[in-house]
Formats: sequence, C-alpha cells, structure tokens
Amino acid sequence: MLVFATLIGLVAFANVEVVMNDRLPPDIAWYAGGLVLIATITHLFVRFFAKYADPVLLPCVFLLNGLGLVMIHRLDLSVGDGGAGMQFIWTMLGIVLFVLVLFFIRDHRTLRNFMYTAGAAGLLLLAIPAVLPDAMSEVNGAKLWIKIGGFSIQPGEFAKLLLLVFFAGYLVTKRDVLSLAGRRVLFIDLPRAKDLGPVLVAWLASLGVLVFERDLGSSLLFFGIFVAMLYIATERVSWLIIGVLLFVGGAFLAYSLFSHVQLRVNIWLDPFKYPDEAGQIIQGLYGLAHGGLTGTGLGQGRPDLIPYAKSDYIFPSLGEELGLAGVMALLIVYMLIVARGMRTALAVRDGFGKLLAAGLSISMGLQIFVVIGGVTKLIPLTGLTTPFLSQGGSSLVANWALLALLLRISDAARRPVGERAAADRGGDRKSEAATEVFTR
Amino acid sequence: MNKPLRRLSIAILALFALLLANANYVQVINASNLREKPGNSRTLMDSYARERGDIVAGEQAIATSVRTDDAYKYRRIYKNGPMYAPATGFYGLYNATGIERAENSMLSGEDDRLFVRRTIDLFQGRKPRGATVQLTLRPRAQRAAYQALKGYQGAVIALDPKTGAILAMATSPSYNPNKLTGHDTDEVNRVQKRLAKNDNAPLVNRPLQGRYPPGSTFKLVTAAAALSSGKYSPDTMVPSPTQYQLPNTQTPLNNFGGEICGDGQQSSLEDALTISCNTAFAKLGVKLGDDAVRQQAERFGFGDSFEVPMPAEQSVFPEDPDKAQTALSAVGQYEVAATPLQMAMVSSAIANDGDLTEPHVVDEVRAQNLKTIESADPQSHGRAVSPEVARQLTKMMESVVESGTGTSAQMSGTKVAGKTGTAQHGTGQPPHAWFTGFAPADNPQVAVAVVVEDGGSMGSEATGGQIAAPIARSVMQSVINQ
Repeated sequence: MLVFATLIGLVAFANVEVVMNDRLPPDIAWYAGGLVLIATITHLFVRFFAKYADPVLLPCVFLLNGLGLVMIHRLDLSVGDGGAGMQFIWTMLGIVLFVLVLFFIRDHRTLRNFMYTAGAAGLLLLAIPAVLPDAMSEVNGAKLWIKIGGFSIQPGEFAKLLLLVFFAGYLVTKRDVLSLAGRRVLFIDLPRAKDLGPVLVAWLASLGVLVFERDLGSSLLFFGIFVAMLYIATERVSWLIIGVLLFVGGAFLAYSLFSHVQLRVNIWLDPFKYPDEAGQIIQGLYGLAHGGLTGTGLGQGRPDLIPYAKSDYIFPSLGEELGLAGVMALLIVYMLIVARGMRTALAVRDGFGKLLAAGLSISMGLQIFVVIGGVTKLIPLTGLTTPFLSQGGSSLVANWALLALLLRISDAARRPVGERAAADRGGDRKSEAATEVFTR
Repeated sequence: MNKPLRRLSIAILALFALLLANANYVQVINASNLREKPGNSRTLMDSYARERGDIVAGEQAIATSVRTDDAYKYRRIYKNGPMYAPATGFYGLYNATGIERAENSMLSGEDDRLFVRRTIDLFQGRKPRGATVQLTLRPRAQRAAYQALKGYQGAVIALDPKTGAILAMATSPSYNPNKLTGHDTDEVNRVQKRLAKNDNAPLVNRPLQGRYPPGSTFKLVTAAAALSSGKYSPDTMVPSPTQYQLPNTQTPLNNFGGEICGDGQQSSLEDALTISCNTAFAKLGVKLGDDAVRQQAERFGFGDSFEVPMPAEQSVFPEDPDKAQTALSAVGQYEVAATPLQMAMVSSAIANDGDLTEPHVVDEVRAQNLKTIESADPQSHGRAVSPEVARQLTKMMESVVESGTGTSAQMSGTKVAGKTGTAQHGTGQPPHAWFTGFAPADNPQVAVAVVVEDGGSMGSEATGGQIAAPIARSVMQSVINQ
C-alpha cells in the first residue's frame, strides 16, 4: 500500500512536469529514489517501533502529503514562486518528529503524567499570538502566528495536540464525578457546577483566546472536540445538549458581535452578491465546477486564479484538476484515517488511550469537515488548514505528530494479549487500565 | 465509553457523507450553472485557449485569431475594425459583443452541432478550431455606408428586400475593436471605460439599438394604413390645411417651413407624401384612429424583437394616445420610436410586394472542413401590406424622389423609391435627418434606412432630403452597381 501511495505521488509529479514544462525533470530519478528511500525508512521504523500499529494510516498520509506537495509544486509553476521546496523540508521535519514521537513515547499512557504540563503549555502556545503585537502575529486579519524574521509558525496547531492530551487525561481522572453526580432536571442529568467548573474554565480560556485572535475556525474546532470528548468520557447525552446550546448561543453572540462573522455568513448565503469579498469562494466554486466529473487533469486547470490556492484552498485546486473523482477519493482517504482512528479508540483498553485516540480522530474529522465544507460552500468559510495537503509547516508537522500518537495508540490496541501483559509489566502501569480490562 | 464512541463515529461518517454529497452537487449538479456565470473567467480562458473561427464578409476574413505567447494563447484581430464593428462586435477578456457574442458557441467550436467534428479532431490529434461565420454584409456597400457617414453621428442599414439579408450596417462614430481585445486588462479596461463614457456613444450599435423618432418616414406607415383600409387610393383627396389645431389643445401643427400643401385646403394622398405634408397625415391619422395606425405599424414589425442574431431594440408606437397624440404619432413624432433597422424593414416590405422578411446578418456557418453547418433561409415575418398597396406605396415613394423632398436620392438610369424624414426631438435640438427607400423601384435589390443625428453639419437647417438622402443613394448605388 505504501508503495502504491508513493507511486501515485510520483506519477502525479511527473504528470505536472510534463504538462507544465513539456518535459520530465532531468533529476526525476533522484526524486523518485529519495522518496522511495524516505518511505521505506519510515515504514521500517514503524514496523520496528510500533509493529502492531494500524497499517492503513501511514500509506494514507503519505498519499495525501505527496499529492499536497505535487499540487503546491504545480501552483508554484504557474504563479512563479517557490513553496514546494519549503513544504518538502517541512514534510521531512514532520517525518522526523513522527519518528521521534514514536521513539520516545513507547507507551501512550506515559503522556498522562504530563497532562497538566501539556494543558498549561497548550494554553500558553495558544495565548502567545494574542499578546504579541500585530506585526508579529497577524496574517490576513487573524492573529494566530508567531513571526520572527521571515519565519513563522502557527502555535495553535501544536496547542491543539497538547490540549487534547490534557482533555483526555483530565476527563479520565474526573469521569466518575462528571458522569454520576448532579441533579436531574427534565429528563436531563445536569452535572454539578463544581465539576463543570475546571473544564469550563479551560474551554472558555481557549475559546476566549481564539476569539481574541479572530480565528473562528479553530474556535469551533476546539469546542466540538471538547464536547465530543466530554460525551465519550461521561456517556451522558446531557453534555451534548449543553454543548449544542452553548454552541448556538456562542454562534449567535459571535454573529451579532463581530462584523466579520456577519460578512462570512452573508457571503456563505449568497457569495455572488459580494463579488469583491467573496472572490475566493467564488473562484473556488468556479474551479470545482470547471473540474466537473473527471477534472481538467493536473496542470491543465487554472487553480492559480484562487487566492491562497496553496493553503486554505488547496482542496478546490485539487478538485479542479482531479475532478469529482479525485475529490471523492481524497475524502475517502480522510474518512479512512478518521475511521481507523475511531476504531483504535474503540479497541484500545485504557480510558486515556480511548479518549486521546478519539480526540485525535475527531479533531482531524472535524477539521476536515469545517475546512472542506467551508471551501465547497456547505458551511460558512473559516480559515483552517487541510491536514497534510495545505501548504504550511506548523500544520504539517503537527499533523505528523498527531499521526504518530494515533499509531502509538493503535499499536497498543492491536497488540496480542501475551505481549500486552509483558508491555504492561514493563510499562507505566495505571490502575484504571486494569479495571478497564475487567469492565469490558 | 464505547457507546458514545460508536455514535460519534456514525456522526462523523454522516459529516463526510454531507461533504461527499455537497461535492457531487457543486461539481456535477450545479456545475453548468456555475460555469455559465458571467464572471467565470475559467470558461472564458478555456475558449481563449482554442482557436476561434473567422468572421468573413464577402471574400475577406474581417475577424481572425492570431497566436500569442501569453497565457491566453490567441488574440482577436479585426480588419477594418471600426467599419465592421457594429456587425462583428469585439471579443475581449471578460467581454464580447456583436456577432462575437451572438455566434459565440459556433465561433468557439463549443456548439453541439460541432460535436462530431470535435470528436474526430480529437482522435486525429488536430487542434479543435471554431466554425467560420460568413456574414451577409457586402464589403462595397459596407464601405460606402461607413464612408458616407464620416463626420456625422448616425446610422445606415441596408437590406436585401427579398431575403432580409443585411447588406450594410454602419454606425458613426465607431470604435476600433482591436483596442479591446488586448490581453493587458488594465489597458483594455481603460479604453473600454473611455469609450463607454464618450458622449458620442461609439459603442452603441445605432442601426439596431439606436431608437429615434422616425419623423416623416413614419408617414409611409400611416399611408399604408390608409391604403389598406380600402377607403383610400393615392389619388384620394385628403384635407391638408396650412395649419392644424391639434384636437382638444391650443397647439397648432404646421407644415415644414410653413409650406402650403395642395391648394391650402386639400391635396391628393400621393402629393401629400411627395412633399411630406404634416397636416394631411396628422389629420389622416386621427381619422383612421390610433388602433389602425398601430396595427399597421405592428405588421411592419413595430413591437417585435428581432435577433439578427444580435438583438435589436423594439420599435414602438404609443399604447394609448389621445387624439392630439395620435395626430403627432401619425407623423412619427410624440412617443413613436424606431430603429434604423425598423425603418429599413418598412421600405423592404414595400419593395418585396408587401411581404416582410426576417432580417439577418449571418449567411452561413462553416465547420473547419468547409462543410456548411447552418445557412440562412429567408423567412417571412408576415405580410405587412397587400401587393396592391405595396405597388401604390412604391409609386408614391417614387414620386418623393422624382419631384418631392427626396430628389437628392436620384440615380441616373435607376428609379429610386424613398421617403425623407426630419424628426424633432426636444425643443432647441436640431432635428434628426432620415431617409428610407429602395432601388431600383421596379426591381428592388436594396432597401435602406439612414439616420443622421441632430442634422449633421446642417444643424437646425437640416432636412432628411438634404443630409440623409445622398448617403442612402451612395449605399444603394454600391449595391446595384456591383
């Protein structure tokens, strides 16, 4: 499968070169060799350090990352600047981080020991751009960057992972009180205010920071993940209801408070009424429509007409040149990743692992829904990156780390019983891991 | 914890299903709708990348595509651009007019009728190329019309009365379409803005889109209504006082320059037309009633939309005029408005034994292999007047040119039928000078209408006979002497 994924990326790359430069690049053998080498090393590494890990995930990600690189390269060729080179370096960094995470975190349960540290670090990372001066943090109206010199990162992408670790750890610790105590009002079990407090504070803090940084996409994402994890931990529908109510209220508040939110919604309702402000979404839709069923073919469309085609709008760019067929394939690959993640969450035995795997998968799924739904005008547009496809180092590296965590948990989930016992004996043993086994 | 996990998995699956459904909607179901949005530059770029067919007049390609080395691949070049502009229009970035727009699917090669050809080209590895559009315009007539209008603001249109083919279609001032086809968007936008703002309206296709009060040329319609009623013949004596007090008003209507018609009391219908007697036709209009005149006008094409294939403005006769307004309308004033095309059609119908043919400017569409895909087929728009009335009107119009207001349309050796018009439009404004007619009167080959706005060089002294008739003559001559 990995061979197949690598091959698709290579063929796509060759295709772009032939169409746009009328020739194959002279050094294609090097590219091909290099890519195969990297894929092989990564694969062998996973085989060695997480040998029971889900075998589907890595090829899927390789495929997405490869296609993303090809598309960015293809856009470079028509816009006339470089972006693919940098993206390639980020890919390498991402893979290195992936390898490091797999190497150093031999058992995902060790992460639980760092949950408060992770939470604090996550919040800190989130908050940095908000307190930095605009010149160092603002890109296109959203304050979520740290820019030093020509170099910039989006700390929110990493904060997402750290906060997920914190949420998972915290919720596992408190799940009993959260799910059992409380009063019953109108068939809904209400949690006690004092149990609700800490999580609400964490959520409000991250949400506040995000609103302050004018990044509504992430805000929505965090909220969704949080509510979903709360629901998983407590098995209480009341959390979902409270969450939806909070969301509706928050959405209404944001709509009435911020003019840019109103504009987003109005553009979503009828983009053609706002040709200036909605130029991007209109171009994106034109591109998708132009691609039709089978697409124009790589290098033969005009995705360069879309502003931010390489980052926010990489998906419509691919949709234009690969058509509905390509779009469906990409969505199915994403679906596969998320579904495998959820299966990992179902299969793994410890609560922390379950929550973390579910959180990671849901965050990926929700992010895909929010960004792809946004660019295809299913929901109002929010500026999020498309995992593994979009240009952008922070997102890419963070998502590789996410993949590493997911693989680590799936390794634990799929490990045969005998070896599991051995691992538990040697590993960091948590009391509820054992109780989980009994309650199953 | 597995129950909520399963439920959430299903929820996420549902979200993905939504994404997939939406992708299908955008890329397939709603796609053609999106592709046809006017601002969709991709569709346009696509057609730029393909070699567009030629537009041909006579033997000459007047619009061709040449290769460029920029992203748009081809650029449109027009030969004698300003002269042919009202017909060709232009094909530029994000904009097209005229034939370029009306026949776009043929010229671009996207038309379904070219599908088989396109498929064959695809398999033979040939670059697809649009179809060639042959116009009915005759280069000599077009040149004569364009030259004759030089220095004026106005329009000329000439028709073949038998087929409805447009032989000449000129507007003045015109514009150079080559300046609007460049690939430098800023430059093109600048030129376009300047042209659009120009008070002389060079971008307006006056023969089809200019609407003017037709003035005395409309008397042909009033006369046709009278003759068609069966109660009049060219010799019938009609009242023609020197001054006519419009019914229920204090407003007097005079003849042009205060002239006297006949004996100052009455004159024959033919004489009244010959010297363009206002009072006679105003009174005639009131006598016939506005309905009779309107119905006659509609038989000549007033109130209809013509697409030649570029759309022409509708010509109108007022809905519900009172008697005074009917009187004025009968002499082509008040709210009567006609395009030059419409007035040429009036002459054309009279020339064609009363049968009105549909005007058209596309003669033939040929595929890349020269095979004809579509060719013009003369279509009748209906009968405007009976052959007998047509004959009577022809005789009266001959008299106009022979001894009336239209003498400057005379041609040696050829009988010409015509009618002049001097149309008031707003007080203090010099009148529009009109002429419409056909030649030869006994075997019509060309029908023509000319309008010169604001009297051209003669200003308020202008009459249709002095300004417009010579232009019509030179155009008719260019057709007949071919």
